[in-house]
Amino acid sequence: MDHFPTNWGRPRNDAYDSYGTYPIPHRPYNGPKDAFGEGVQRTQQPIVTGTSVLAIKYKDGIMMAADNLASYGSLARFKDVQRLTAVGEFTVIGASGDMSDFQYIQSMLDDKMVEEFTSQDGHALGPAEIHEYLSFIMYGRRTKMDPLWNSFLVGGFKEGQRFLAYVDLLGTTYSASAMATGYGAHIALPLLRTAVEGKENLLTEEQAQKILEECMKVLFYRDARSLNKYQIATITAAGPSISESRELATSWSFAEGIRGYGAQTQ
Amino acid sequence: MVAVPDMDSLVNPQQRQFNPYTENGGTILAIAGADFTVIAGDTRQSEGYSIQTRYAPKVFRLTDKAVLAVNGFAADGNMFVKKVKQRLEWYRHAHAKDMPLRAIARLIQTMLYARRFFPFYVYNILGGIEDDGTGAVYSFDPVGSYERETCRAAGAAQSLVQPFLDNQIYFKNQLAAPGMSHPTHLPLPDVLSIVIDSFTSATERHIEVGDGLEMYVVLAKGRGLGGMEAIGGVQELSERTEGERLFVVRRELKKD
Repeated sequence: MDHFPTNWGRPRNDAYDSYGTYPIPHRPYNGPKDAFGEGVQRTQQPIVTGTSVLAIKYKDGIMMAADNLASYGSLARFKDVQRLTAVGEFTVIGASGDMSDFQYIQSMLDDKMVEEFTSQDGHALGPAEIHEYLSFIMYGRRTKMDPLWNSFLVGGFKEGQRFLAYVDLLGTTYSASAMATGYGAHIALPLLRTAVEGKENLLTEEQAQKILEECMKVLFYRDARSLNKYQIATITAAGPSISESRELATSWSFAEGIRGYGAQTQ
Repeated sequence: MVAVPDMDSLVNPQQRQFNPYTENGGTILAIAGADFTVIAGDTRQSEGYSIQTRYAPKVFRLTDKAVLAVNGFAADGNMFVKKVKQRLEWYRHAHAKDMPLRAIARLIQTMLYARRFFPFYVYNILGGIEDDGTGAVYSFDPVGSYERETCRAAGAAQSLVQPFLDNQIYFKNQLAAPGMSHPTHLPLPDVLSIVIDSFTSATERHIEVGDGLEMYVVLAKGRGLGGMEAIGGVQELSERTEGERLFVVRRELKKD
């Protein structure tokens, strides 16, 4: 019986089961359908990828480095890509892994920063907040089995405090005074640790830059998905600044004497 | 002979599935005394053969009388601790007191079992002081099975540490001297040195254990410091000295 007099004498809407007469699993669904729902794919593997990001603590703040390459498998596809990005006035994020997922996260962070700015509450998001937000997004997406395929380093400087932390596609987080993602965690991190650990408050900007340059050089020699063009970001009390792209000075003269490297004479 | 791929792998396209879990190493341990509990964990976080950081705490203060150690998949562990702390805060706002230890234990079971079909890949050990003033340890599996025990080790070096504890705490395979019996509880200094020895030994033999050791000590109300004075590097975490008291002791472990 329909208890609403306004419905009396009118045609019944068969599409809507207002009394819940169907068992829940068999209810007819008449809402809008996603025509492409069947075709939606989740990221199962990264496609266009960036390689390692390096970062260290030094006397005045945080210094970070990443090269400008976005690879398509083993093809060096895009050679002028910026993988370091400033977020707000205290933070820089370095991304490795899938570059389209990274761009999506950049736009999401932009939205968040605008939202925070418009509230005009006298609070600005610092590196710790941005890292927490990012880790919730990454962990949330892995829990949906639809991960954003990246590893990030978040570096920052706010209220006299340095901040450096990691987050990846599983939502795993940690922090240390010398950090590296991807291949760099195997090749460059031991070098960074010996150069930095225990000297975080002594290293000058020049020394920090030299350490990172040396590590980028080692990575370029050993990582087949790397490029000799890279950028360095510093985050200090003065805020974040990301350098122009710079070239690594490398020397390959040693290759002459090695069979299998340069032109072979026999 | 040329290797030919079998027809099956050609006909059925192979699927690579995203694995939402990883294992981050480390070991945790808790021992209950008559009127105290020690909850400890190393501070190394690793993935595969890489050390991610030498300081990532696995042991967390919940209240002045409850401490939770988590081990397994670090991202799940941190999220789980965050959710437990949130539930305890809500409890505090609703009831104007801290949740009793046995209630926290049941809460943790419920929270773990709620995720029975997509579990938090975490082994939990809850330690603290029960309402009757006794030291207590509750250990959990990832889907919420739990029991109260006197001691428990979990994590990467569980198989190294638990037999040692069975021998030293439960006196398994030890005969008491004629006319004597084994004590049911050990004094605090003995327990602390057993904990330290467990971790230095695990560090020697397990590659995922090392870097630092954090031991939380919970003392029952009105117990006095008995046995704490002699130990160096102690930091008190409890705000009030009249209730249960909570301390943390930090030690270095080998970093290789």
